[in-house]
Amino acid sequence: MVSPDNFQLPEQLSTGAAEVDDLYMFVYWFSVIFTAVIVAVMLYCIVKFRRRPGVKAEPVGHNLVLELVWTFGPVIFIAILFHLGFKVYVHNAVAAENAMEIRVRGRQWLWEFEYPNGTRENNELTIPLNQPVKFILSSDDVIHSFYVPGARWKRDAVPGMYTNISFTPTKLGNMQVFCAEYCGTSHSGMLAMIHVVTPEDFQKHLDSADKAPEGKKPEEWGAELYKKNACNTCHSIDGSKMPGPTWKGLWGKTESLADGSTVVVDENYVKESILKPQAKIAAGFTTAQMPPFTLKDAQIDAIIAYMKTLK
Amino acid sequence: MGAATTTVPRAQAHHPDPNENYLKAERGIMSWIYTLDHKRIGVMYLVSVLLAFLIGGIFALAVRLELFSRGKTIMDADAYNRTFTLHGVVMVFLFIIPSVPAALGNFILPIQLGAKDVAFPRLNLMSYYIYVFGACFALYSMVNGAVDTGWTFYTPYSMRTTSAVIPMVLGAFIMGFSSILTGVNFIATVHKLRAPGQTWTKLPLFIWGLYATSIIQVLATPVLAITLLLLCLERFLGLGIFDPKLGGDPVLFQHFFWFYSHPAVYIMIVPGMAVVNEIIATFSRRAIVGYMFVAMSSLALALLGFLVWGHHLFVSGMSEYATMVFSALTFLVAIPSGVKVFNWVATLYKGSIRLESPMLYALSFIFLFTIGGLTGLFLGVLAIDVHLHDTYFVVAHFHYVMVGGTVMGFVGGLHYWWPKITGKLFNEGVAKVAWALVFIGFNVTFIAQFIMGSRGMPRRYYDYLPEYEIFHKVSTIGSWILGLGFLTMAVMFVASLIKGQKSTRNPWGSAALEWQTPTPPPLANFIKVPTITRGPYDYHLATEEELSEK
Ligand code: HEM
Ligand SMILES: [Cu+2]
Repeated sequence: MVSPDNFQLPEQLSTGAAEVDDLYMFVYWFSVIFTAVIVAVMLYCIVKFRRRPGVKAEPVGHNLVLELVWTFGPVIFIAILFHLGFKVYVHNAVAAENAMEIRVRGRQWLWEFEYPNGTRENNELTIPLNQPVKFILSSDDVIHSFYVPGARWKRDAVPGMYTNISFTPTKLGNMQVFCAEYCGTSHSGMLAMIHVVTPEDFQKHLDSADKAPEGKKPEEWGAELYKKNACNTCHSIDGSKMPGPTWKGLWGKTESLADGSTVVVDENYVKESILKPQAKIAAGFTTAQMPPFTLKDAQIDAIIAYMKTLK
Repeated sequence: MGAATTTVPRAQAHHPDPNENYLKAERGIMSWIYTLDHKRIGVMYLVSVLLAFLIGGIFALAVRLELFSRGKTIMDADAYNRTFTLHGVVMVFLFIIPSVPAALGNFILPIQLGAKDVAFPRLNLMSYYIYVFGACFALYSMVNGAVDTGWTFYTPYSMRTTSAVIPMVLGAFIMGFSSILTGVNFIATVHKLRAPGQTWTKLPLFIWGLYATSIIQVLATPVLAITLLLLCLERFLGLGIFDPKLGGDPVLFQHFFWFYSHPAVYIMIVPGMAVVNEIIATFSRRAIVGYMFVAMSSLALALLGFLVWGHHLFVSGMSEYATMVFSALTFLVAIPSGVKVFNWVATLYKGSIRLESPMLYALSFIFLFTIGGLTGLFLGVLAIDVHLHDTYFVVAHFHYVMVGGTVMGFVGGLHYWWPKITGKLFNEGVAKVAWALVFIGFNVTFIAQFIMGSRGMPRRYYDYLPEYEIFHKVSTIGSWILGLGFLTMAVMFVASLIKGQKSTRNPWGSAALEWQTPTPPPLANFIKVPTITRGPYDYHLATEEELSEK
């Protein structure tokens, strides 16, 4: 019923999206007609019954039947609406039997994905086409909400509990992920991308997760990882102030720490800061801010190569 | 006992003439600060809420300006998060909740009952000062780092943030008491101080609306108070109630919060609807069709308001069972809302309609509230809400009801009762221009938000993807038109105060009781206690003299 380039709704990228859109358009057209009728009657009355000398308003009588009809008549309509909404909701909420399980952890301000084989990726996820996927959500700090408009789904990632959503991607290409529950400074930067690929490409992707993309220099890959792992939501590269220290001129510098000591920014310090951020806190920054990242050595090396270029 | 006859009764020695115009009966700033007159307290509330509206409006324009272009426009992310939070907090707690009941209601309700004052005048003054005291905490928070949690203060973020959450929460906590006391006062007044002949079936629908609102205020606000107190205790003492790190449950906070705040949205809208009844009757010269149905629909909204809080938690991880029940209950809200709209439109039919500025606002209310209510249907349909929740669609929905509804009702009421309150007329031509700007600006601002929301744009976002830019631009431009409209209105009202023509007793030719007493009303509201023989909208029973606009 709804064309993919419907003005009001994003492109349908999963099973279930079309049913939601049909419901949406049903309520939409009902609303348009209802509003049009109300407005038409109002305009008619305003013109027809405008005040004229000598013409009085007609005193109000009683019309119990009319009152009862428009009080209780709509009950039937809303019962139908409720039923349809619940049916589609439940249908979309139930995961298929053979769903691939992806762990999703929300943190200020990135999404960490974990594949069934234990490989982890930040802010980017690759899944095979037409494969049902069940996302098991949790949060390491505050409440986030995993929102995939293309699949018409969202659910909160709540610290201290697991929630889940599932859908089956039906189109090759990208699905945008937003964080939909306000979570602080970089809430609007907490974006991720789901890449829907063929099963063959999916296998290739899993095999090469910790290798530099072909033909890329380490510092180029590092620059990509800087964005992909959301380092950019807290660390600037131009010296501007953000929740974490800027990377501009960081490499080789002697950093003062919160406990009064100092440290030279070298390979060991950077690696430790990524894997165990709480071990050494730079002076002027708060402890709770940076979550630990699980990156492979090759990836850390690439980030270091990139950092070296930020003079 | 015997001594009493020898002293001059104090009342006669010092007290002003009860038949003197309430603005002139006493003079000097102290006569305002210590006043027990419900009309003056109403005016003080009015000035305060208008000030709050101005502050909240400036925050709103700042939020829209920041979103005019991608990336940084005028402020950084932290400042933006504070600005939208302050906008919400100020508009909800300092402006909308007290706007119609405490400001207009305080002034009009006793007069419409035929009473001299509210039941507890001292309590009334106290609730005003409690409001001011609470507002001071909110101001203190604003200048000391402000809050960046959103007006909903969701845990555990509100536990972790370094911003000034505690003073703001205490401010909201204190203002809650003001709201409760006003509610208690109104309930007692309606029950006890009706003039002879003022039966329940002759009460103006404005009173029925405020009565229903008062019940919600008295029953729901304590839950907010408890919730906010627990929040403070958890932040101070580390009690593990809401923070999972301490063994608490963050979703519990959302249940508590919305158990108050959903009824609170009816504290906001029911008074707006109440005003609309009065305006439509006066400008159609006709009783509201289905009087009892309209009156009871306010009570039904008050009751249903307590049963649907869960619809704010559909995607929070609440059980599917609860989700189903709350969705079903939510739809019931559409019934009393529909009853009101149908009866208002039916009232216009065969009326004698005059389109003066208050009526323009009342008709806008019907149109905008209809859209607000219908978009509520989208959100009540579970499968659709999962997509729309926490997007700009929800932002547009609640602005259509809170601004398109309540603010239109409040502003319409302000135009309608302005001559009664100030004794001055305003420039009707300028008022109509202001209305047109407000109406157009509002729709441009928020229709754009509906579309970007249904296309997936999340709310509370400092920055956005390029595909949403056009909608944000349109919305921001709309906000300028809207702002210009309110500015025009403000200038018009100030001009009326300075050089407005003196109003007659009944400039709109209304049959309602408050227009039968002199304008501005005497200190005691009526020269002699009125005896009520007909309903407030019985135009066919009113005398020529009563309806005279001269
Ligand atoms: C027919 C009537 C209405 C229906 C069916 C309805 C339905 C809903 C639903 C289901 C939501 C939750 C959406 C979400 O967060 O995903 C919602 C949100 C909201 N509604 Fe309504 N609504 C109605 C009328 C009103 C009225 C009269 C008001 C207030 C004056 C109002 C104010 C709000 C507010 C403030 C929110 C969101 C608050 C927030 O999350 O910050 N609604 N409405
Ligand atoms: Cu988030």
